[in-house]
Amino acid sequence: MLTQDKLLDMYYRMVLIRAFEDRVHELFTQGKIPGFVHLYAGEEAVAVGVISHLRRGDYITSTHRGHGHCIAMGVDVKGMMAELYGKKTGTCRGKGGSMHIADFEVGMLGANGIVGAGGPLAVGAALAAKYKGGGGVVVCFAGDGAQNQGAVLESLNAAAIWKLPIVFVVEDNQYAISLRSLSSTKLQPRVSTARSVAERAVAFGIPSVTVDGMDVLAVYEAAKAAVERGRAGEGPSLLDCKTYRYYGHFEGDPMVYRSVEEIDEWRKKDPIKLFEEKLLKSGIATQAILSDLRRKAALEVDEAVKFAEGSPYPEPSEAYTDVFTDPYY
Amino acid sequence: MSGVREITFVEALNEALLQEMERDPTVIVMGEDVGVYGGIFGVTKGLLDRFGPDRVVDTPISETAFIGAGVGAAAAGLRPVVELMFVDFFGVCMDQIYNQAAKMRYMFGGKIKIPLTVRTTIGGGVSAAAQHSQVLYSIFAHVPGLKVIVPSTPYDAKGLLISAIRDDNPKMFFEHKLLYGVKGPVPKEPYTIPFGTADVKVEGSDVTVVAVAYMVHEAVKAANELKMNGISVEVIDPRTIVPFDKDAVFKSVKKTGRLVVVDEDYERCGFASWVAALVADECFAYLDAPIKRVTTPTVPIPFSPVLEKEILPNAEKIIKAVKEVVK
Repeated sequence: MLTQDKLLDMYYRMVLIRAFEDRVHELFTQGKIPGFVHLYAGEEAVAVGVISHLRRGDYITSTHRGHGHCIAMGVDVKGMMAELYGKKTGTCRGKGGSMHIADFEVGMLGANGIVGAGGPLAVGAALAAKYKGGGGVVVCFAGDGAQNQGAVLESLNAAAIWKLPIVFVVEDNQYAISLRSLSSTKLQPRVSTARSVAERAVAFGIPSVTVDGMDVLAVYEAAKAAVERGRAGEGPSLLDCKTYRYYGHFEGDPMVYRSVEEIDEWRKKDPIKLFEEKLLKSGIATQAILSDLRRKAALEVDEAVKFAEGSPYPEPSEAYTDVFTDPYY
Repeated sequence: MSGVREITFVEALNEALLQEMERDPTVIVMGEDVGVYGGIFGVTKGLLDRFGPDRVVDTPISETAFIGAGVGAAAAGLRPVVELMFVDFFGVCMDQIYNQAAKMRYMFGGKIKIPLTVRTTIGGGVSAAAQHSQVLYSIFAHVPGLKVIVPSTPYDAKGLLISAIRDDNPKMFFEHKLLYGVKGPVPKEPYTIPFGTADVKVEGSDVTVVAVAYMVHEAVKAANELKMNGISVEVIDPRTIVPFDKDAVFKSVKKTGRLVVVDEDYERCGFASWVAALVADECFAYLDAPIKRVTTPTVPIPFSPVLEKEILPNAEKIIKAVKEVVK
């Protein structure tokens, strides 16, 4: 049974992700953030529902759409925002940017600019966890598009044969950039033959379940069984979470492949609104408590922007450091 | 050092792995056929019996998964030594090497380390044809974030592999197929060789010859023959390409005024060209002749021994190049 504190903490993480992403969208539009940015808004229930089970010593591997995973793992939001600005005070001292935020201290092994590349990394982290003992688990987040990468398929196989403590979380946000994950159109083929990725997992002998990725409690329940299975040394699991990204594949995406109506339809199923309704209905929270948490999140993001804008850029000489542990490059 | 005896290159590597695994429980070995089989060239022989399947992991033929697993395990606190059976197979797993392992420390602001060693075999001369004969170390030296190690003797193989395992960065460790059976003196106890320290194999005063891996042996052979013709050749083995001991090469060229670089990698945009450029930048005023490169022409490695011999560098070609620069 989830305690009130835990539920409100989950809610806070979700609204913090949303506030962060909405703000980044604005800042990018204003030209304040350079580079490539992929936003997680709409998918909050997946990151929070799964990561709420993790403890110190667990790891996650992430994707190009990694801000939500970072925030759910507890990566400092100020550092993240400064990183997006390319500032010296960023999580990665301005050397990584949106696609490469990592914080090993909290078990976040890195967002990743290469689709599917987190799979093998998760296999290795899980091998290490298994070797060290102690019941550590690794969560491998990857989108529906990534499921057609050889790296992911090889990783599913390796995790299964070695009975590794991995939870593969498929964030099926309906689109592999512009191609639909499961339905074809006159102009575009679908990207997968299986009806769902959950079905594919069966071929690897990996227990899998399809989950409503807009419902944080449904994700939480499904992840509970998967994480427990991993901690008990029983091997990997796969959660196929059906969700939706509100913004484009990247900021600046003209989104010619989908309609405004479609986005509006999904927004009606908004994961934060859905969770709010449940919290109110069950008496766990009042409107006042929830709006306080939303205000607190907005404030935290305000502070992060202030921090990022007030921070210095790295010295140009820093371009030459950190290639190796020694000064040579 | 005590306990020096003659062992082969492959035995020296095996001993390095064994001793490091005994010293440090975070060292694990992974790769195709490294366990029961003992490695396709025998480098990991006996390790499975000694350390068990948790530390000597036989993997599926899934280079992306197991090289990437090496990266992930290194990120999570282990010190993996992963075998890529032939460097030619890098094409099926390069993302995990050059985009993941090599760049993580930098991308993540210098806060983490990836102590991963990828061991792989290189080199022609055994009619293994176009997909099993390349050296390709230039490709790995070309991208940032990988240390590139190219031993030429059993002594260097053991010391450099131990240094590699203890080093906190991603490393590519290249083992030339023609060297596995070569014997040489190797101390029994563990020892390290610092990266970036060249070894002067032959001292000389007329021409500097820089060579790595198996080509060191061809260069020494050439130097010995040239000596009989009254040409004094200095042979330098950098032993690591990244980091590279520029000073040793510059010092030698300033003395001899002539440079021949021997490199089994493809001629185009390769290691030899880079060394030539460094020397042209730094030692131009000391040069008495154009720099010569003895390399493999940029064609796929052919199968027929006649064709393969035609393209691979060897002592004869080195002698010819040296004679041209002393003319």
